[in-house]
Amino acid sequence: MLLSLTCFGPQATDLGYLLHKNPSRGQAFPLPFGQALVFYPEAAGDRCTACLLLDIDPLDLAKGREDADGGGLFQYVNDRPFVASSFMSAAMARVFGTAMAGRCAKRPELPRTALDLEARLTMLPCRGDTAWLERVFAPLGYQTSFTPVPLDESFEEWGASLYGDLAIRGRVRLCDLLNHLYVLIPVFDRQKHYWMGEDEVDKLLRHGQGWLEGHPERDFIAGRYLSPSRDLARMAKDRLDGDPGREVAEDWGDEAQSLRETRLAAVVEVLKASGARSVLDLGCGGGTLLRRLLKERCFTRIAGADVSPAALERAARRLRPDRLPEGAKDRLQLFQASLAYADDRFAEYEALALVEVLEHLDPWRLDAMAQAIFREARPATVVLSTPNREYNQAFGRPRPSGLRHADHRFEFTRQEFRDWAGKVAVDHGYRVDCQEIGVPAEGLGAPSLMGVFQRCG
Amino acid sequence: MRIEIPSFCLVALVGATGSGKSTFAARHFKPTEVLGSDFFRGLVADDENDQGASQDAFDCLYHVAGKRLAAGRLTVLDATNLKTEARARALRLAKDWHCLPVALVFDMPREICLERNRLRPDRQYPARVIDAQIRELKRSLGRLKREGFRVLQVFGTPGETEGIEIERVRLWNDKRTESGPFDVIGDIHGCHRELCALLERLGYAVRQDENRAWWPQTGDDGPGAAARRVIFLGDFCDRGPENVKTLRLAMDMVRTGQALAVLGNHDARLLRHLEGRQVRTDHGLDLTLAELAKEPPEFLAQARDFLAGLISHYCLDGGRLVVAHAGLKESMQGRASKAVRSFCLYGETTGETDEYGLPVRLDWAREYRGQALVAYGHCPTIVPQELNNTIGLDTGCVFGGRLTALRYPERELVQVAAAKEHCAPAKPLGRRDGHDGELLNVRDVLGLRRISPRLAPGIAIREEQAAAALETMSRFAADPRWLVYLPPTMSPGETSGLEDFLEHPAEIFGYFRHQGLSQVVCEEKHMGSRVVVILTRDAQSAARRFGVTDGRQGLVYTRTGRPFFEAGERALEDELLGRLAVTLEATGFWGQNATDWLVLDGELMPWSAKAMKLLETQYAATGTAGRRALAEAGAALALASARMAGPAEEGDPDLAATLARFRDRQEDLDRFREAYRRYCWPVAGLKGFALAPFHILATEGRVWSDVGHMAHLDILDRFLGGEPLFRTTARLLVDLPDPASCSLATDWWLDLTAAGGEGLVAKPPSWIAQGPHGLVQPALKCRGREYLRLIYGPEYRRSLDRLKKRQPGRKRRLARQEFALGLEALERFVAREPLYRVHECVFAILALESEPMDPRL
Repeated sequence: MLLSLTCFGPQATDLGYLLHKNPSRGQAFPLPFGQALVFYPEAAGDRCTACLLLDIDPLDLAKGREDADGGGLFQYVNDRPFVASSFMSAAMARVFGTAMAGRCAKRPELPRTALDLEARLTMLPCRGDTAWLERVFAPLGYQTSFTPVPLDESFEEWGASLYGDLAIRGRVRLCDLLNHLYVLIPVFDRQKHYWMGEDEVDKLLRHGQGWLEGHPERDFIAGRYLSPSRDLARMAKDRLDGDPGREVAEDWGDEAQSLRETRLAAVVEVLKASGARSVLDLGCGGGTLLRRLLKERCFTRIAGADVSPAALERAARRLRPDRLPEGAKDRLQLFQASLAYADDRFAEYEALALVEVLEHLDPWRLDAMAQAIFREARPATVVLSTPNREYNQAFGRPRPSGLRHADHRFEFTRQEFRDWAGKVAVDHGYRVDCQEIGVPAEGLGAPSLMGVFQRCG
Repeated sequence: MRIEIPSFCLVALVGATGSGKSTFAARHFKPTEVLGSDFFRGLVADDENDQGASQDAFDCLYHVAGKRLAAGRLTVLDATNLKTEARARALRLAKDWHCLPVALVFDMPREICLERNRLRPDRQYPARVIDAQIRELKRSLGRLKREGFRVLQVFGTPGETEGIEIERVRLWNDKRTESGPFDVIGDIHGCHRELCALLERLGYAVRQDENRAWWPQTGDDGPGAAARRVIFLGDFCDRGPENVKTLRLAMDMVRTGQALAVLGNHDARLLRHLEGRQVRTDHGLDLTLAELAKEPPEFLAQARDFLAGLISHYCLDGGRLVVAHAGLKESMQGRASKAVRSFCLYGETTGETDEYGLPVRLDWAREYRGQALVAYGHCPTIVPQELNNTIGLDTGCVFGGRLTALRYPERELVQVAAAKEHCAPAKPLGRRDGHDGELLNVRDVLGLRRISPRLAPGIAIREEQAAAALETMSRFAADPRWLVYLPPTMSPGETSGLEDFLEHPAEIFGYFRHQGLSQVVCEEKHMGSRVVVILTRDAQSAARRFGVTDGRQGLVYTRTGRPFFEAGERALEDELLGRLAVTLEATGFWGQNATDWLVLDGELMPWSAKAMKLLETQYAATGTAGRRALAEAGAALALASARMAGPAEEGDPDLAATLARFRDRQEDLDRFREAYRRYCWPVAGLKGFALAPFHILATEGRVWSDVGHMAHLDILDRFLGGEPLFRTTARLLVDLPDPASCSLATDWWLDLTAAGGEGLVAKPPSWIAQGPHGLVQPALKCRGREYLRLIYGPEYRRSLDRLKKRQPGRKRRLARQEFALGLEALERFVAREPLYRVHECVFAILALESEPMDPRL
C-alpha cells in the first residue's frame, strides 16, 4: 500500500522535478479501485522522500468482484488493500507515467542522471522467495534488504508471514528504478488483480526495455510476471530472444515433458496391440491421450471421461469434437464419469485407459474402482499407468509429502504396484503384465509404472 | 357379450380397411390408449393417407407403444395387422415388455368393407386392395393362436361388435389389495420339523398330528387385527427328510386360505413329473419320488393340481412387496411372460457353470432399484441377504442351516436352526461379503433428478448441480458408507434495523413469532468447525452396521462430507472416537438406547486446528499486513501533514484528516486480530480439542427428530458431561410473546459476543416445526459485532449501510430443502434402506450446495 522513494544527496529535492510532483503539496489521483495519494514526509537538506500511498476501500474491491464470481475470489477479509501488488504497479503507471518514460520538460538532462535512490515497499508478499530477491535486484545494481514480519506475534509457533518490507538502494536513474519496480512487484506478488491479455506481453517488453533482455534471471522474471498463463510466458520468451520453438518454463522441465511423451506413446502402443476398436480414456483431463488416439485409424470409437467438468470443457476446447466431419463426429465422445461409481457406459468400450489416474484416488477407493472397472465393466483390455514412488528421489526437488503432485493421495512402489495389480487380476479373472516406462535410475526403477490387464477367456 | 382381457396387455386390432376397427376402438378404449397408424401418418407426413409415409409412421407408433408398455399401460394397435410380419413386430414388443398379446379380429363381409370404404370422404381404395386384404385376413385367421396371441376374439358381422362389454381383469399375480401382515418363509425342501417349529415361533397354531397349521385369533394383537398369513417362497420338496408331509401341510394351508405360495424350480420339475413327463431325478427329487410312491393316486392328482395352480410371483400390499422364488427385477414385476416365469423360477444365469457344476448366477439384486421389497429364496446363503430393498430368505435349512421367515411389514427375521444337515451341499453356502454388493452406480446420482423427502415436496436437482457434486464427492468426500447425513446450511436473521448492528436477535425473534411459534431455543454458537461424528461401540459394530471393515469405529467429517482429520491423523481420530465410545459405555448410553452406533452433529474446536491454512493465507495474513502497512502509512502521513499547514491547492487531499482515518483503520485491524485470536489455541495430540455436540441425530432404529432441542442438550450433558473433550452448549428458552424474556436473551447475546463469542443460534423448540408456509427454518444464526469482522472484513463497521442490503431468501429455501434431505437420509439409513437410497439424499445436499451463494450469509 505504501511505496517510499528517497533521494539522497545535495540535489535530493530534484526528486520533485523528476516525479512531476511538488514537494510542498499533497496530491490525490483517482484510480479504478480507490485513490492514490502522493506526499512528501521529508524534503530538506540532502534527503527527500516521496510517498505513493494507495487508499483502497476493501469493500469496493469486494463489491467490484461480487457480480463476476459471487465474491469468492475477492474476499472481504483481504490483504490486497495493504500489500505491494499489481495495484501498486498500476498506480505507478498512472501517477508517475512521465517519470517512468524518462521525460522532464523543465530539466531535460535530469532523467538521464543516475542518482542515489532508495525505494521502500511496505508489505511485499514474497512466498518463500527471499533468495530470489537478491538474484533479481543485485544484477540491476541494488543493495537489497528484506525484513520479514511474523504472521501473528501472539502465536510465535505460526512463524513468519508471507510479507516483509523490502528496501532497495542503488545509483540508478529514477525511470529505471520505477520500471524495475513496475515489473518486479508482480513477479513476487503473483496475484494479478486484472485479466491478462496479450497486451500484457507488450507491457512487459516495454517496461523491461534495456534491462530485461540481458538479465540473468530473465526467464524467471518473464515466467513469473505472466505466470497465470503459460502460453503468454512462452510467447514472451520467444519474442525476447527471437527463437521461436524453444520451450522453457520453470514449472515443467524437459525431463517431465519427455516422460509424458514416452508414457503416452507406450499406452497408445498397448492399445493398438490389443486389437481394440473402441477405447475409453478414463480421467482424460485436457485430452492429451485422446488427441493421440484420434490419429490412429484403428480406433473407430474413442471416448474421454473425467470427473471434473472443467477438464472436460478443456478437452472439448482442444479437440473440438463438434468440428469433426459428419462421418467422424460419433468417433469421439466426452462425458463426465467417476471411478467411485459403477457406470454402465464403461462396458461399451473394448479397452479402457487410466493414465496417471490411480494416484489421485484415496487409497480406500481403490476397491470400488477395481469393482467398477474389472467386475462391472469387464473390458477386454485395461491399461493403467501410475508413478513409481521410488523414483521420486531421482528428481531434483522433491515435495515435502514425498509425492509428485499436490493432489496425489498416494504413490506405489514397484513391488506395491505389482502386488496390487496381481491381486486385482486374480480376483476378477484377468491376466496382468506390469511394465516400467522411462529411463530407469540406479536401484530405483523407471519413473512410471504401467499395468496391462487382459481379460481371461 | 363380455370379453375379458388382462388389465395390462397389448391389443392388436386385425382387419381389412373399413371393417370397423377404429370405431370399435373409440367405443371401448381411452383415446390415449389407441395408437392408430393413420394418426401417425398424419404426424410424420401431414397426410393421414400418405402410404409412402407408412414406414416412418410405424416406427413412431411402435416407439410410443414401447414407452407405454414400459410404463405398464394397456395399449391398442389400430392398424390392419394383416401381415404376419406386422403382427410379429407387435408380438415382439409384447414379449419385450412382458405383456400378454391380445388379438381382436374383424372378419367382416366383403360388401360391408367396400360400402364403408366407398362412403369415406377422404380416402377410397380400389376394390382390389380390399379384396387382397380380406384374402390376407382369411389366411391369418388360423395362425393367430399359434403366433402367440393369448386372447383371441373374432367378430364375423357388424352385429357381433354390438353390445360387447370389454372387461379388464387383473393379472393373477396382482394381489396389491392384500396388505398382510405376512410371514414369508424361504425354501423348505422337506424340512417339515423345522417348518412346524418356525410356524409355532411365528405364533401359528400347529397340530402336528393332523399336519395342520393356522393363525389363531387370540385377540392379543388388539381387536380387529388382521390374521397373519404365510407366504411360501416355493421349493417344498426334494433333498429333505419329509417331503410329502411338507407338501401336504403347505397344500392344506393354501387351500384353507392360511397361506399363499409361489412356484419354485424344484416344484416345477415335480409338476412336470406328475404330468407324466420325463425329468432328471437328481438334486434330491429321487427322495421325493420315493415318498410319493407310497401315496395314493388321489394325492398325486391333488399335488399335481396344487402345483399347476401356483403362479410364479405375487405383487402385494399396494405394490410394496413382491415375492418370487428366485427374485424378480423391477421391469418384470406385475407382468406375465415366459421370461418372467423363468426369472422367477431360476433367476438370471450367465449360461456358464461354476467349478461345482452349478449355473453361474447374475446378481440381479445388486442392480435392483425398485420401490417394492422383493423377498426371495432359491440361493442358499448362511445369513439372509439384504441388498437394495431385496431380501434372500433361503438360509439352507436342508443343508444344516436355518429356516427363515420374514415378518412383513415389521421386516423382522424369525429363524429356527436345522435339526441336522439333511443333505450335504454341493458347494459351500454363499454369503455376500459384508456390504460388498453396495457399489454405487452413477446413474443413481447423475442427470436431472427429483427426490421426494417425507418432509418436503419434491426437490429437483439440476444436471449441472449433480455434475459439480460428483466431482466433490469423488475427489474429496469420505467413504459414502459413512456419509449418512449432511447438515443443512443456516441463514442469518433479517438484517437489523438498528443503526449500529448488522445482525440482532430482535429480527430472529420476529421471524419465529411470525411463523406462529411461542418459544425458541437460543443456543450459544461455538466457533470451530462444524462436524458430523459417526461413532460405533467398536469396530465390529462398524463393520456390521456401516459395512466398513478397515477396523475403524467411526469417522469425523465436515459439513461438505470431507474427513475432518487428514490421512496422517488417523491415530488422533481413533483416539477421539475411542474416548467418546468409552465415555458412552460408562454412562450407559449404548445400553439405555439399545444401540451400538450414534450420529452426532456438533462443533469441533479450536478453529485453528482445521483452519490453519486459511489463517496463514487470509485471516492472520490480512491482520499482520494491514496492521503494519497502516502503521507505516500513518507514520509517513504524520510527517507529511506536520510539514504542511493544510491542502496547498483546491482539491488537494487533507492529509491530517486522512491520517485520522488511517488511525481508525489501524484500530479496526487490531480488533479484527483480537477477534480471530479468540478462536485459536494450540493443540497437542487430543489435548486442546473440544467437541460441542448439539444434536443426537440417530441411533439404531431411531432418528431423534422427535426430541426437542433443549432435551437433546440435556441428554448430551448427561451422557457426555464427564468427558474432558466435551464442551457443553449454553442455552436459553425464550418466550416470544414476553418482552422481558426476549430482552433477557438479547442481553445474554450481547454479553456472549462482547466476551468474544460468535453469537447464538435460535431454533424452534421441537426439531421439526411446521408454520403457515410449510417448514419453519430449522435454525437461524445471529452473529456478534466483533465476530462479523471475520466475515465482512476488519473494517466493515464503517460501511454498515452498504452491507445491509442482503438477501437471505435463497439461503433459507436451501436450508429448508437441505434439512428435509438430511433427515430423509437418516430415516432411510435407520430403516436399513439400501446405500444408494441414503446416498442420493446426501449427494443431493452436496449438489444444492454447489449453487453460488453469498458466502457471508
